[in-house]
Amino acid sequence: MNLANPAEASNRIQEKPRGSGKAAKSILIGLGVAFILIMLVLPLITVCVYALKQGWEVFSGAITDPYAIKALQLTLLATVVAVVCNTIFGLFASWAISKFHFRGKQFLTTLIDIPFAISPIIAGLVFILVFGRIGWAYDFLQAYDLKVVFAVPGIILATIFVTFPFVARELIPLMQAQGNDEEEAAALMGANWWTIYRKVTLPHIKWGLLYGVILCTARALGEFGAVSVVSGHLRGKTNTLPLHIEILFNEFQLTAAFAVSSILVVTAIIILILRNIVEFKGRKEESEHVR
Amino acid sequence: MMGFRLAQMNAWRKKTVLGLTLLVAVAPLAACGSNAPSNGSTAEAQGASGETPASASVEITNVSYDPTRELYDAYNKLFQTHWKEKSGQDVSIIQSHGGSGKQARSVLEGNEADVVTLALEQDVAELEKGGLIEPGWVDEFDKQSSPYTSTIVFLVRKGNPKGIKDWDDIVKSGVEIITPNPKTSGGARWNFLAAWAYAQAHDGADEAKSTEFIKSLYNNVTVLDTGARGATTTFVENNQGDVLLAWENEAFLSIKEHPDDYEIVTPSISILAQPSVAVVDEIAKKRGTEEVSTEYLQYLYSDEAQKLAGENYYRPSNPDILAQFSDTFNLDLKLVTIDDDFGGWEAATEKFFADGAIFDQIYQK
Repeated sequence: MNLANPAEASNRIQEKPRGSGKAAKSILIGLGVAFILIMLVLPLITVCVYALKQGWEVFSGAITDPYAIKALQLTLLATVVAVVCNTIFGLFASWAISKFHFRGKQFLTTLIDIPFAISPIIAGLVFILVFGRIGWAYDFLQAYDLKVVFAVPGIILATIFVTFPFVARELIPLMQAQGNDEEEAAALMGANWWTIYRKVTLPHIKWGLLYGVILCTARALGEFGAVSVVSGHLRGKTNTLPLHIEILFNEFQLTAAFAVSSILVVTAIIILILRNIVEFKGRKEESEHVR
Repeated sequence: MMGFRLAQMNAWRKKTVLGLTLLVAVAPLAACGSNAPSNGSTAEAQGASGETPASASVEITNVSYDPTRELYDAYNKLFQTHWKEKSGQDVSIIQSHGGSGKQARSVLEGNEADVVTLALEQDVAELEKGGLIEPGWVDEFDKQSSPYTSTIVFLVRKGNPKGIKDWDDIVKSGVEIITPNPKTSGGARWNFLAAWAYAQAHDGADEAKSTEFIKSLYNNVTVLDTGARGATTTFVENNQGDVLLAWENEAFLSIKEHPDDYEIVTPSISILAQPSVAVVDEIAKKRGTEEVSTEYLQYLYSDEAQKLAGENYYRPSNPDILAQFSDTFNLDLKLVTIDDDFGGWEAATEKFFADGAIFDQIYQK
């Protein structure tokens, strides 16, 4: 829990490498650009080219196919629920962890990171072992005629699991860096906790929160591994968009697969643009605040 | 940074921490607690929901294996018309496809299928063992519950550049084979057994020699996918390997998609692959879909459905309709069967595919 002195840290960043040759610089930049082009830009362009390869009709046919629309709806539903749950949780967790001292805090922080460390397939299998027919909660669920795995709740649970840390992880360092001073001042003036939270804490973390939500959304939209395990691949029922893409690909419908993929790619790009706007605004506001 | 000593702050922070801790501690306890008394009430709940609803529409789920996508796509339309005529109900059929073993596993774990149409008797037998399907399902429908059959052939690249004609050609060094994993794929087990049948016929039924033959075959395998469709994609779309050991129907489908790129080679010996169908009794009873599920499978034996199977490159089990497709299928191919030549699936699984059995022995060096 040894926070570095912020002043010292910013000094270190401002130190510039001296006397580095122009050649070395342009080679490094060139390598970086080439890497990004080959690894990121080229595949994305390929997706879009393939998607439109057989013309607009095939493309629009693929994305208006009833199964594709059902898959899109399910993906959106899972994403919205996951983002809402994880935002609420993230706010609570980051607040508890950064503003208070209690026993087991370190442990809680580690727990939040579990979904980052665990392979999504294990996450999926865990849900099956708990809620599946061989799982211990099955009889209980059956008694109330509830279905979790191989149904929509399982998909939502799996999505929540893999996107669990995004908001909390974004907020904790931010709130730790801000410290408790302003909250203490507010408390001294007699504000209650809700006012403090609304008027002091929340405005400070607004942009960080938005950033976390955006990352969480991006990940939830694209989740494949854990969802694939708990889905059962029932068409029109438990197929999310990424699973639908895999099915199309396996059915030799390459163009359709890429057409549907392009929906995800375009969403991803929109999300990235949003992310940049949020980052920019956040930074601008922060510097104004400092001044 | 510290110095938070105000009584007010202290009070609410204690409350919050306490609340969070309680929440974390109580949630799993609550779940455990309510789990215990539920066992007794399960039977009642199932009994109560077991009445047949006489509604205008009904929905069934067909969990199937990989290469049947196109077949059931077509068959479901046929069956919808048939069921509407017969009972006046609209039936919608939810499809799920994947490697046969994987699909059986998911049904076992709670994927609620009214019917399963899998690649192997063995996979359906797993569901019987798990209590989902009642014993005796093999004789519930004609021809040991195999409405259509297939066999294993070779798919090679156009012009057959490696000169592959029979099983002994693909074990030569330098030939790259694509076949799925017999542990997870039904088709792959048929592949394995067909190769074994060839080896047995040519080595005078010498086990050691046949094992050696199979070993050299799997040494040539460059990609071991989990399902038949994955293997086909690897060979056809990703251009890996020289020969694909494929379901006959899958091979025909690849040729239909890419007529100029591939050709089928029929070996001298292959195996009669009998995919199995069954009603999942537990689920169908619970949902009250027994009647429509049984009819769904029974209707696969009708002349129309048998023709549809033939058109989708499955060998119809009705010999008269099979004869109509003599242009498509090589009907002179010598086919061994699982019951006559391997003593049934149980014996074959134990000998070849169980943990530590022949496949495990040859696949680890």
